[in-house]
Amino acid sequence: METFAFYLFSILIIGLFAVTVLSRNVLYAMTSLAAGMVLISGLFFLLGADFLGVVQLIVYVGAVMALYAFAMMFFDATSVIKEKNSSATTVFLLGGLSAVLLVVIFAAPSIGGNLQPLYPSPDGASNPQAVGLVLFTKYLVPFEVAAVMLLVAMIAGIILAGKKMEHRITSSEEENSGEKEMK
Amino acid sequence: MDGYIIATVIKAILVLAVISALAGFGTYLERKVLAFMQRRLGPMHVGPYGLLQLVADGIKLFTKEDFIPNNANRLIFMIAPVITAATAFIALAAVPMLPEFELFGITVRPIVSDLNIGILFVLGMMAAGLYGPLLAGVAQHNKWGLLGAARTAVQFLSYEVVTGLSILAPIMIVGSLSLIDFNNYQAGGIGEWLIWKQPLAFILFLIAGFAETNRTPFDLLEHEAEVVSGYATEYSGMRWGMFFIGEYANMITIGFLASLVFFGGFNDWGFIPGGLAILLKVSFFFFLMLWVRASWPHIRPDQLMWLCWKVLMPLAVINVTVTGFVMMF
Repeated sequence: METFAFYLFSILIIGLFAVTVLSRNVLYAMTSLAAGMVLISGLFFLLGADFLGVVQLIVYVGAVMALYAFAMMFFDATSVIKEKNSSATTVFLLGGLSAVLLVVIFAAPSIGGNLQPLYPSPDGASNPQAVGLVLFTKYLVPFEVAAVMLLVAMIAGIILAGKKMEHRITSSEEENSGEKEMK
Repeated sequence: MDGYIIATVIKAILVLAVISALAGFGTYLERKVLAFMQRRLGPMHVGPYGLLQLVADGIKLFTKEDFIPNNANRLIFMIAPVITAATAFIALAAVPMLPEFELFGITVRPIVSDLNIGILFVLGMMAAGLYGPLLAGVAQHNKWGLLGAARTAVQFLSYEVVTGLSILAPIMIVGSLSLIDFNNYQAGGIGEWLIWKQPLAFILFLIAGFAETNRTPFDLLEHEAEVVSGYATEYSGMRWGMFFIGEYANMITIGFLASLVFFGGFNDWGFIPGGLAILLKVSFFFFLMLWVRASWPHIRPDQLMWLCWKVLMPLAVINVTVTGFVMMF
């Protein structure tokens, strides 16, 4: 049962991400990206990591939704986009790298047989507790650094967006039209 | 193991059948309640008190031409309504609807899948449901549809943070993400209900819930007076119907969540047995949504963003911080 579910999810995920990369239509690419992200959470559920699965679901549903917003602003989503590959060397290099990666992935099960978990989750701890324990002990510094980076990004975003924050968009238009009439 | 699978399948089919029937009945109730509040009669012609209006609507929806506009992206256009309906029912899979009961000597647990992170799963699945309107609006090659899709994205990005943060404080108090643990925490009667400890979180959750189900103060996605019918402009027949089955199923889910998390869930309520109590609570929340629809005008998208990011989110953060300090000392 689990094997069947794993292969089903794997094939679907790989297929959907292939569509993301290969499709020339923004709408197909975005949709298959979102669907693939949602299906990855299925793999987490199969592994018994319910909490991470749901986090994957919530985070990527929101993130891809924001991507959609940008796609809508910049493209006509229903039309086909012309791609241009300027450099053959880049394509060659990337293709070679993917081939090497594939070999590593397929070889991983035979190497991974003698792996030991460095930080096994404590007995009796539920899913979120196990994640929290590791996050706030072993990975505290990366966690804090990530938090600081997000804070920096947020402040930068506010400054970029807020240059004219004292004007309301709707009321400033009225003021402008009023000024023109005065002149 | 086989018994478990059979039981799960039966439960899933039951949930699907009962909730979609209720969703259909919800449209009739909505018209009747709105009519009552606006001193009209509502549907009266088909059957006694218009009760068969539901059947007439069903026949209309099933037999209407399933129209796909010319330049639309056919595949996405056809998938979009299914996303809304399917995610609404998947979300219901993790909601415990009634207390355990015995049937033919077997203990039945009326929950399709008891996840130990139930509440996050339900909220995540409902969030994924908004891909339906978004894709529908983008795929249909219609300006109003595109506006509806843009508004979907805006609405989603506004309320999502508030939902998560408002529900965080009760989660901290209960110390679990399972909806059944929430229910058991409030087993001690009306004084134990979480609403008394977290009134602010409840109000924030309810407001975000209205935005999540796109009910009236926040029904930006398809407001007729502004964007014709928004994301649903080009839809007809059963595909249109699926959007609304999804929306009503989501209303029922929000009702269940609010009653389970804040209002004691399916514990016995005085002399009322638990199963009846939770149904009464969910019905009240359903009625509240119709009541609000009858009494409030809807707001602009920029007002929704202002409300969510500048009022509700700071309040939710303060609530979480204060709850944390109170629990620590």
